[in-house]
Amino acid sequence: MRYGVLLALLLALTPAASAEIRGYFALESRSYLENADYGQDNQQNSFVFEPEYYFEGESSLFTAQLFVREDSMDDERSHADIRELSWLYYSDDWELRLGISKVFWGVAESQHLVDIINQTDAVENVDGEDKLGQPMINLTLIRDWGNVDLFVLPYFRERTFTGVDGRFRAPFIVDDTLTSYASSDEERHIDTAIRWSSTLGDWDIGIGHFSGTSREPRFLLTPQNPQPVLAPHYTTIDQTSLDVQATIDSWLWKLELISNSGFDVDRYTAAVFGFEYSFYDIAESGIDIGWILEYQFDDRKEDYAGLPQLDTVVIGSRIAWNDEQSTELLIGAGINEIDNIFWNIEASRRIGDSWKLALEARIISGIDDSQLLESPLFSVRNDSFVQLNLAYYF
Amino acid sequence: MKYYLSALLLITAQMTSADPYAGMSPEEKGLAIANAADERTNGFIDSSANMRMILTNKYGQSSERELRVRAMEVANDGDKSMTIFDTPADVKGTALLTYSHKVKDDDQWLYLPAVKRVKRMSSSNKSGPFMGSEFSFEDMGSQEVEKYTWKYLRDETIADKEAYVLERVPVNKRSGYTRQILWTYKNELYPIKIDFYDRKKSLLKTLTFNDYKQYKNKFWRAHDMNMVNHQTGKKTQLLWSDISYENDFKDSDFTKNSLKRLR
Repeated sequence: MRYGVLLALLLALTPAASAEIRGYFALESRSYLENADYGQDNQQNSFVFEPEYYFEGESSLFTAQLFVREDSMDDERSHADIRELSWLYYSDDWELRLGISKVFWGVAESQHLVDIINQTDAVENVDGEDKLGQPMINLTLIRDWGNVDLFVLPYFRERTFTGVDGRFRAPFIVDDTLTSYASSDEERHIDTAIRWSSTLGDWDIGIGHFSGTSREPRFLLTPQNPQPVLAPHYTTIDQTSLDVQATIDSWLWKLELISNSGFDVDRYTAAVFGFEYSFYDIAESGIDIGWILEYQFDDRKEDYAGLPQLDTVVIGSRIAWNDEQSTELLIGAGINEIDNIFWNIEASRRIGDSWKLALEARIISGIDDSQLLESPLFSVRNDSFVQLNLAYYF
Repeated sequence: MKYYLSALLLITAQMTSADPYAGMSPEEKGLAIANAADERTNGFIDSSANMRMILTNKYGQSSERELRVRAMEVANDGDKSMTIFDTPADVKGTALLTYSHKVKDDDQWLYLPAVKRVKRMSSSNKSGPFMGSEFSFEDMGSQEVEKYTWKYLRDETIADKEAYVLERVPVNKRSGYTRQILWTYKNELYPIKIDFYDRKKSLLKTLTFNDYKQYKNKFWRAHDMNMVNHQTGKKTQLLWSDISYENDFKDSDFTKNSLKRLR
């Protein structure tokens, strides 16, 4: 609310040069290929609406973006979020952003390790790419030797979790009314972050540090009737990160590295590194084929959620037809140390000028019944799905 | 002696005005014409324009894209440019930043608004289609003299005007072309037509430039560019509007950071 007042004030001071509304509506239908462990349905339909309004002033920009999903299966997945409600002022050597916004850090494709400013909107998808809007004050200093971003994050957003009727859930339900924090300031703990980023020839480099509430919770098994629930507990962490991309000829070499102070126990290190190599305009067809190879490393035995932590090799291919309809296909497979395979297929094609049809499949395979304690994917082993999404853009 | 020298200079000057390229080999003359034409495009400081791209397939069905292009001149290097995609609606807000270079590969970053991510891209894609059109990335890129080896072929008269016919061969081995034949008016030194020959050395495409207007008493800009693919029957028309110069753009308008705030 305080932000609302501040923004209204700033808006009044900003002469509007141009304003516009844009966004999309989408219908999504997901079919799960196997029966669930806890009696959940196999068919999940939903409706999504994501409008964005902006207006540009002299050296300033106001943006508002709302996200709404209505889901047929999972009450927790039916949700709304303010993705963006921010005012940006920019000059030659500094920028200031106030309000709710989204910031992306990183270079890798298969995992977003260093990306820590925004909380993951985990009910959206299993890839962790959807994020909740984060209240922030972000000052960017633009210098010859790179940009320095300073963040003050005054309010913490809790992660979203699948409900009792949803797929991709653990045997026990996450009850977010029982959320607790290591800090006595709870969600009002003021998190801070700093990042330097620069381009040096073929190299794009970022070094960041985050100090505040972990975006990933631990789970405390809490007795409840009729059965226990998982209570999210957010610790306070320090995380230092490095992200590097070298763009050399048709090669993109990538590295993301973090050192995290961890919770209660030891500091840990995790990394994702690899490359993407593209063949362009194959046999003068206009088609591009890119190959992606990434390795995910983590020196812990268990992750925050208490799941076994296994190194994973991700191999993928991206095909772009570069046709009028922008037809694209991405196929990838993540294979962990015990040969569990997580397949990911994403295809999309424009229809006419304003419609887009997207197919997505996530197939989890190679998990046998003896791997209850060994496989981080055990509880979701029956949640393979195929999804169609039809969106209208305006 | 003095007398002889000044007479000699006078004769040379007269010869120059008659034919500045006399005595040159076809290669030297081709390069000299290319440099003279390039000289006419120098000093623009910055420019801004809207582009409508009309894609037509061999059955006559067409679709459109709208883009905005902003460019800034960089001393002793290729231009910096920002391309903002307005339609189709699903790519709205996508923006491409290019630091072009005379010889080495350009530096390019793409902003993806859905994930608010700036991605550094490989610029080694030369021959692939730009947005599904008949223009390839190298056709859309900054046209530096150094990107080709040049050769003067002949003079021709086009629409009652004297024109040079030049051959240029791309230096970059990833180019989709073995050569291009370029027609340019002698007087204004702007291109009228380009024939593109593919890797098999057959005629692939023809680009014609129409509706020229002059800006700032110097810069000629075609407002209608038509690319026809002879092998597929597809064509792409580029219609330019709202061309303006000296918009007071700054270096800070052509950065990774500024990509994120373009609307």
